[in-house]
Amino acid sequence: MMLEIDFCKVKLKNPTMLAAGILGSTAASLNWASRSGAGSVVTKSFSLNPNKGYKNPTTVEVSGGIINAIGLSNPGVDAFVEELKKIESSTTIIASIYGSSNDEFSQVASKIENYVDMIELNVSCPHAQKGCGASIGEDPELTAQIVKAVKNSVKIPVIAKLTPNVTDIVEIALSAEKAGCDALTLINSVGPGMKIDIETGNPVLSNKFGGMSGPAIKPIALRCVYDVYDAVEIPIIGVGGIADYKDALEFMYAGAKCVQIGTAIMYKGLDIFNEINDGIKKFMAKREYESIDELVGIAH
Amino acid sequence: MHIPKIVEIKRIINETKTVKTFIFDFKADDIIPGQFMMVWNFEDEKPMSISIIDEEKNEIGISIKKVGPFTENIHSMKVGDKLGLRGPYGHGFELKGSKILAVGGGVGMAPIAAFVEYGRRKKADIDVITAASTKDELLYMDKLKSTDITPYACTDDGSFGFCGFATEFMAKILQENDYDMIVTCGPEVMMNGIFEIAERLKIHAQFSLERYMKCGLGLCGQCCVDDMGWRVCVEGPVFSIEDVRLISEFGKYRRDASGIKHDI
Repeated sequence: MMLEIDFCKVKLKNPTMLAAGILGSTAASLNWASRSGAGSVVTKSFSLNPNKGYKNPTTVEVSGGIINAIGLSNPGVDAFVEELKKIESSTTIIASIYGSSNDEFSQVASKIENYVDMIELNVSCPHAQKGCGASIGEDPELTAQIVKAVKNSVKIPVIAKLTPNVTDIVEIALSAEKAGCDALTLINSVGPGMKIDIETGNPVLSNKFGGMSGPAIKPIALRCVYDVYDAVEIPIIGVGGIADYKDALEFMYAGAKCVQIGTAIMYKGLDIFNEINDGIKKFMAKREYESIDELVGIAH
Repeated sequence: MHIPKIVEIKRIINETKTVKTFIFDFKADDIIPGQFMMVWNFEDEKPMSISIIDEEKNEIGISIKKVGPFTENIHSMKVGDKLGLRGPYGHGFELKGSKILAVGGGVGMAPIAAFVEYGRRKKADIDVITAASTKDELLYMDKLKSTDITPYACTDDGSFGFCGFATEFMAKILQENDYDMIVTCGPEVMMNGIFEIAERLKIHAQFSLERYMKCGLGLCGQCCVDDMGWRVCVEGPVFSIEDVRLISEFGKYRRDASGIKHDI
């Protein structure tokens, strides 16, 4: 099948993935996304202990996308394992995990290794609580430590999801690769940004600031993929504002082997996966490409 | 765009000791009974069903029960005070047939009231059961009577109408009438009982569910129900009986803000 790919030795039925934080808190919604055509699905980021996240409003629309500060809410790894046990065998599942220390990351990774196909490290959430998320991913040394700690704890592929909110994302990417990372997801949300209501003077998000996602960040995400592809050998998953098959192709030309879709589900629902897969297939057939690998990095 | 619209409280109706209806100017012609608004009091934002949809005056009403800090804060507000409203959201009730039984428990009467008004305008024949813990908590009795619907009342303590649950009262009324559909909103324990009755008697039914919400617009996954993953904010809050059959958590458990399950 034209769209099948091998990613870090895991067979994916197509290169589209459900992005972390979107309909990924329960096995029910993850299975639904997979059945709807996603080649693989990434869970909502979860941690060692439960987290309620931030109060509402946690999401608000802006021109060209949304800003969100959900706050990494999750029931903790032990409860999440119960969800992972209910993932259908036909679903390829990637766990997104976060923490504030090497130890937390390793503990969570070890507990879930037997239930998932890959692990994606959230070292990049721009509105995370202290010591979590982007505060790690902004530092090449801290990022390397987390990667090493998790690689020492599990045998399955480890992906680092990086933040664009740094001066030099290539530096962070190289550091993660050097530490043994198997792949990179570029990028997490941009900013953080904010929206102020002028009638009342209140910032709309209860956390005031939130990560920006959606079509407006696509050029930034593309540039990150393009730059990192030049510097690293490990495969890249592109994410940021993908809404149709043409966006997906742009990311592949920039150097991504897989693409994640998140915010666009708000506009198109879960049908978007089949729509993008069909679009890529038709494009490949017309140009006589036989595999996704032939599309990766064309823009270089 | 999914941005809170700042509105002034136009009118407040003191329905009961614990429930007030807040009326706002709002474009009403696209709103379907069963839909909800995300209500922002500048400290928190929660989903609330729309209880009045007035297309002539372009007004909506949201009935709010005082149960905690958020609702207490809104109850302390006066005419002229501001709130942020985002929506309308969700899949609402669909009128099927012409003889309807509408059952509301507690403040679950809110979306039922919106549906009853809509159904009446479509010339449907609607019987209403309104259930509450006690006489003083029965909602909209006078308003319903003024539209020549005589609501059947059920109270837990017998202070008015039938003493007992709506589900117990329904057994009788269902024997005497042939309904095309049942619509209901209220405590899930009540709705589960109605589900079992509707299944047994093979009557079409629609249920308005409630779950903790965060984004309200179908992305975050907080309100996804087991085992189909449907979002209460998009595929719901109103689900048909065919769908409720597949909602394995219905009547059993719900998830809190961290996603931890709690028994209903």
